Amino acid sequence: MCAKQVKKAPHEVPTTGHEWDGIREYDNPMPRWWVWVFYATIVFSIWYTAAYPAWPLIDRATRGYLGQNTRADVDAEIKRFDDANAEIKAKLVAADLGAIAKDDALNQYATAAGAAVFKTWCAQCHGSGAAGVQGKGYPNLLDNDWLWGGAIEDIHTTISHGIRNTTDPDARYSEMPKFGVDGLLEPAQIGEVVEYVLQISKQDHDATKAAAGATVFADNCAACHMENGAGDRAQGAPALNDAIWLYGGDRDTLTQTVTGARFGVMPSWTGRLSEDEIRAVATYVHSLGGGE
Amino acid sequence: MWDYIKLIVFGVVAVLAAIAANYAHDLPYMVNALVVMLAAAIAFVWQLRHVGEPAHHPQTEYLDGVVRAGVIATTFWGVVGFLVGVVIAFQLAFPWLNIPGVEGILNFGRLRPLHTSAVIFAFGGNALIMSAFYVVQRTTAARLFGGNLGWFVFWGWQLMIVLAATSYVLGGTQSKEYAETVWYIDWWIVVVWVAFLLAFLGTLWKRKEPHIYVANWFYLSFIVTIAMLHIVNNLAIPVSFLGSQSVQVTAGVQDAMIQWWYGHNAVGFFLTAGFLGMMYYFVPKQAERPVFSYKLSIIHFWALIFLYIWAGPHHLHYTALPDWASTLGMVFSIMLWMPSWGGMINGLMTLSGAWDKLRTDPIIRMMVVSIGFYGMSTFEGPMMSIKAVNSLSHYTDWTIGHVHSGALGWNGMITFGALYFLTPRLWNREGLYSLRLVSWHFWLATIGIVLYASSMWVTGIMEGLMWREVDANGFLVNAFADTVSAKFPMYVVRGLGGVMFLSGAIIMAYNLYMTVRAQPAKAPVNANNFVPAE
Repeated sequence: MCAKQVKKAPHEVPTTGHEWDGIREYDNPMPRWWVWVFYATIVFSIWYTAAYPAWPLIDRATRGYLGQNTRADVDAEIKRFDDANAEIKAKLVAADLGAIAKDDALNQYATAAGAAVFKTWCAQCHGSGAAGVQGKGYPNLLDNDWLWGGAIEDIHTTISHGIRNTTDPDARYSEMPKFGVDGLLEPAQIGEVVEYVLQISKQDHDATKAAAGATVFADNCAACHMENGAGDRAQGAPALNDAIWLYGGDRDTLTQTVTGARFGVMPSWTGRLSEDEIRAVATYVHSLGGGE
Repeated sequence: MWDYIKLIVFGVVAVLAAIAANYAHDLPYMVNALVVMLAAAIAFVWQLRHVGEPAHHPQTEYLDGVVRAGVIATTFWGVVGFLVGVVIAFQLAFPWLNIPGVEGILNFGRLRPLHTSAVIFAFGGNALIMSAFYVVQRTTAARLFGGNLGWFVFWGWQLMIVLAATSYVLGGTQSKEYAETVWYIDWWIVVVWVAFLLAFLGTLWKRKEPHIYVANWFYLSFIVTIAMLHIVNNLAIPVSFLGSQSVQVTAGVQDAMIQWWYGHNAVGFFLTAGFLGMMYYFVPKQAERPVFSYKLSIIHFWALIFLYIWAGPHHLHYTALPDWASTLGMVFSIMLWMPSWGGMINGLMTLSGAWDKLRTDPIIRMMVVSIGFYGMSTFEGPMMSIKAVNSLSHYTDWTIGHVHSGALGWNGMITFGALYFLTPRLWNREGLYSLRLVSWHFWLATIGIVLYASSMWVTGIMEGLMWREVDANGFLVNAFADTVSAKFPMYVVRGLGGVMFLSGAIIMAYNLYMTVRAQPAKAPVNANNFVPAE
């Protein structure tokens, strides 16, 4: 091939002389840029394997002259934040629960840390915005309606020990009887007490049945849900005289609830979360709007 | 005599499969055994009706029946695979599409491997087998080796697909990505694959051309390497011969490393080397131009197959895999960039002097876009293998976008081009039914891919950034569910891209059907069907 050739149309390049089913091949050289970039990637790779852990030997691998190690990097990163937060963590654990919100720095830290804990561990049931799942029994934590109390001490206890789990002896516990399934009430009585609950929650109801239901309620329900359905936080018994429902407040849902009973379960977080994390998430939940 | 042996084999297999179905330990195994029983029974009846017919293997003609069957199967499985892809794309956007009544059969978890296997192994596999049979016969000027061996490969592969599909939806899986098929299907794949290798090698052996064309190097490397990868990655001990469960021979990080050595080279050899074989035949044929550079094809072939096999560890950056293996996976991926682009250069430069055909020939246009997507995803791949990039992109939708720009753009488009090339020739028709429909297919597919890939880049980078976002104290800012809800609009866009790609494929299926059905036959003198004298 003549170097002085000025213009070279592709068809002037010779082919290799082979032909398969009409396909021929030009004997073009490889594009120079292609070759040089290929060489460059090889040179880069050789340097990179010298700089970083790369070549396996008999019982270890070369460590690279930069001494980089991804596991050590992660450890260092974690330690950096652990060290930076150590002081305030200690302060959080030592503080009186009620005093956390009054200390700006502490409150800011606890709310941020608590939000992260919440998003990792609590959001699965309570939702990433803490609004719970309406009608499915996962409580909304944004409102001021609390089953077991909304003071920061109450929230702290609930998170530490959980509710109705079998692993923590200090778990909060109560259980509504299955009035229908276990035959404690006749279907007619259930119908009446449901009308009564509709009445106290200011919904459309059958006044005659509700009147009869008031007696049923007083005999069977008021022990936990209190007179007029005000609820009792000591027993985790929800208020029935408001518009907030865990499973739903319509006639059908109430009938199902009285017949078969419902309750939720929450795990104990002691041991899974450290005390500073529990306190942080309690502070976070308390700060969401409904804290008392 | 041979007919009677076949009858006995089919009969015995049918009876054994019936017994296996009766004593099956689990549902996928039972259903698979029934499928085998049915397949053996059909084969038995077919064989019975053809006993005593003389074998017809004229060495002066190509074996094109099996390629025709392959064209039909490729088209059919393509549409099926894309359809399942569209369904699962919308299941991700709208979770209620995991319909409760069929939960455990048609939910995302069961359909996802069905989609990946349908497009890679059913659509891609059939495209590769069918085109390998066509190309190797044309470029060696010899009839396919082994009599009906090609037909065994074809039907064996379809049986594998049906077995895999029925077992996936019923929960039969060994939980290895792109290698979900349970142990007995793995064994069957080995049998079919060895037959494929024999048919291919045998044809090369008896070739009438003095040299072996570059397309055949790629096909051969693909067939040999896939056999090796498949066998090593599926080394497992069955729990029982009457159940679908098995235990992997390796465990922990070793198993993960072998899995991604396999997984990456399934991409490298199945979806790259094999399809480069297709490109090296169909692009010069359709463009009617010589291949750009013989030298480049040699160098990039050897560099590609040598480097690809080491790149697997980049799938396991920042895991239990030791740092040194991670580094090697990364540098081999970076060195792979130019060898991969060698194929792109050779494909595109082959068109120099024929660029005007882009205006008039939608099939060439499809091939060019295919090579373009090949070049883009083989740049994106090495880039994503860089540890720092990977720490952002890994586990995100970016990976999904990357895979689909390769699969839809490169594998899909080159296969469509090959199907449009082959159908009129195989059925001896005067050209395609409608070039206008090819144009429709081209634009629907291209826009579909662009929507798919760009929406996944957006969500991928977004969720990668959201996952790693921490506040001043080192606490995570976003919950996982926050990233999911943030991705919703892009998931809808992705689904729409899929719908467009699927619509294009359905148009293609119609166009190919009408080509066979309604186009006038070509004049009987057809050099394609006869081996040249020398």
